[in-house]
Amino acid sequence: MELFLQTLVAGTLIGGLYAIIGIGMTLIMGVMGIINLAHGQILMVAMYITWVLWQYLGIDPYIGIIVAVPVVFYLGEGITKYLLHPLMEKDSIIPENQVLMTVGIGMVLVELVRSIFSSDYRSVQTSYTESIWRIGHISLSVPMVIAFVVALLLTLGLFLLLIRTDLGRSIRATAQDKDAAILMGVSAEKITILTFGIGSALTAAAGSLFLPIYYLYPDLGPIFTVKAFVITILGGLGSTVGAIAGGLVLGIAETFGATYISMGYRDAVGLVIFLLVLIFFPGGLKRLTKI
Amino acid sequence: MAKKSTKDTALVSKKEWMIILGLVVLPFVFNFSTYVQGLLVIMMIWVMLGTSWNLLAGYTGLVSFGHAAYFGIGAYTGGLLFFHFHISPWWGLLLGGPAAVILGYLLGIMVFRLRGPYFALGTLASAEILRIVFGEEEWLTNGHNGILYITTWTTKYPYYFIGLVLALGSIFTVKAVMRAKAGYYFLSIREDEDAAQALGIDTMKYKNISTVLSTFWAGTAGAFYMIYMGFIDPEVVFALHNISIITILVGIIGGVGTIWGPALGAAVMVFVQEFFRSAFFGLAPSWVSRLHALAFGLLVIFVILYLAGGIVGDWDIIRKALRFKRKTEIAE
Repeated sequence: MELFLQTLVAGTLIGGLYAIIGIGMTLIMGVMGIINLAHGQILMVAMYITWVLWQYLGIDPYIGIIVAVPVVFYLGEGITKYLLHPLMEKDSIIPENQVLMTVGIGMVLVELVRSIFSSDYRSVQTSYTESIWRIGHISLSVPMVIAFVVALLLTLGLFLLLIRTDLGRSIRATAQDKDAAILMGVSAEKITILTFGIGSALTAAAGSLFLPIYYLYPDLGPIFTVKAFVITILGGLGSTVGAIAGGLVLGIAETFGATYISMGYRDAVGLVIFLLVLIFFPGGLKRLTKI
Repeated sequence: MAKKSTKDTALVSKKEWMIILGLVVLPFVFNFSTYVQGLLVIMMIWVMLGTSWNLLAGYTGLVSFGHAAYFGIGAYTGGLLFFHFHISPWWGLLLGGPAAVILGYLLGIMVFRLRGPYFALGTLASAEILRIVFGEEEWLTNGHNGILYITTWTTKYPYYFIGLVLALGSIFTVKAVMRAKAGYYFLSIREDEDAAQALGIDTMKYKNISTVLSTFWAGTAGAFYMIYMGFIDPEVVFALHNISIITILVGIIGGVGTIWGPALGAAVMVFVQEFFRSAFFGLAPSWVSRLHALAFGLLVIFVILYLAGGIVGDWDIIRKALRFKRKTEIAE
């Protein structure tokens, strides 16, 4: 029972981080209608930015977020403006041209980082990396709890942005019906670029929060890309509430898979759930919540 | 772009005979080092993979992100027969293709319910699951230790000619099927699956036919890889990036939906990577060699942005651009 509770808690904590990665992906999916296969690579870039700040300037990863998030936000905006948006009007044989472009971008990001920092494993050792809080027999890793709380605050902030502000309304309108939004005077191009920026910034925040917990190496990117689209499909494409639920489900399922099946099958659990959802429950959790 | 009628012409055109002849005499004309010979063999494997992906994605519209699954199964068919029963992995060359076809059919039952990006992600997930399972089930596959086999020949030329025959086999399989009725059905599925179905085409059947042909060659490529390299492990043959993604990029660079596109894409990919890895053949400082994969990635972005049809598909644009340049040079 203790093991069960411990696994559940650990899974929920990691699930919170997965949720903001998933929300970033699902926002982009909703507005642009494409799956961003460079999502994890963008997260990896944010981790490297935070790592460089810590390694060379001694800035704590949690303060490094303040630098990493805006940098990656502009990186995301640049990618959309100069690489993805020009493809919108172009005709090509396979419709997935933008998706294939994100694959190319992802590859360039990984190789760029590899050529600068090599493939070596890096990590950040802070005073709180190893520290633990105990509640009864359950232990909570401090950086995990901090990451979870920050992720929660970011999610709340995003919801306020989406629901309360004009910008948020424009984003939601574009996601619902692009043509109608354009007719109402929303600049779809601006919103698209901005949304990709916000999506990238969210995943960048997740990356910086992951840094005290994870190892860092260039090929980390694709692993998180896979996680991100699993969450997105699980929650239902374009659904932010679904992405939160999807992130938590993935986090918990993975941790249970690692505890009760085998450590090696940790990453397979998410993929199996993903395939099952695609086949038997297309539309994901969105079908239940209707949001 | 006007398409010439291919109905009355021979399967292998004069131009293609010239290319084939060129590739056959190539090793006799030049005295390649063993290293370059190895590159040529690897190129043949990429030609097979790219061509096989192109049939499925470029001609039938089923953009697979998991071709590593079929490549890996093909490689492990020979590998497992050798590992468990000490049968020569050469049998894998015969059985790898059919094994991949069976896998393709089984996965097809699952992923053919999905369309567009869902299909892409479904195939990606299938390949990733196979990679993890083959890495974990050590009793079956020897896990991450992989399977080692002492290769039959130490010289590379026999592999080059076998690879050449297989690669040409894959190219002309695609060419033959695209001239047949099935080829036109593939195109109709790519353009509009619902309309094709409404016109009475059994889309499921033709998607399966396309998958059978595509997976057969992907599996054969995997089996050939096993025989040539003499070592496989799940992280190599089921790799998401190094197999599945690169296969797609090879197809895109050469030209999606063209017969010779993926073959040219494979040649370009191997050449660009090698050009950089050797630091422009030793002319540039050695740090350039670290940029080989980056250079290829940038080339991919350039091609998608400016040559959506790939090098073969947009050859007219390239020719015009080059001609324009020449004219201005004269004007100056």
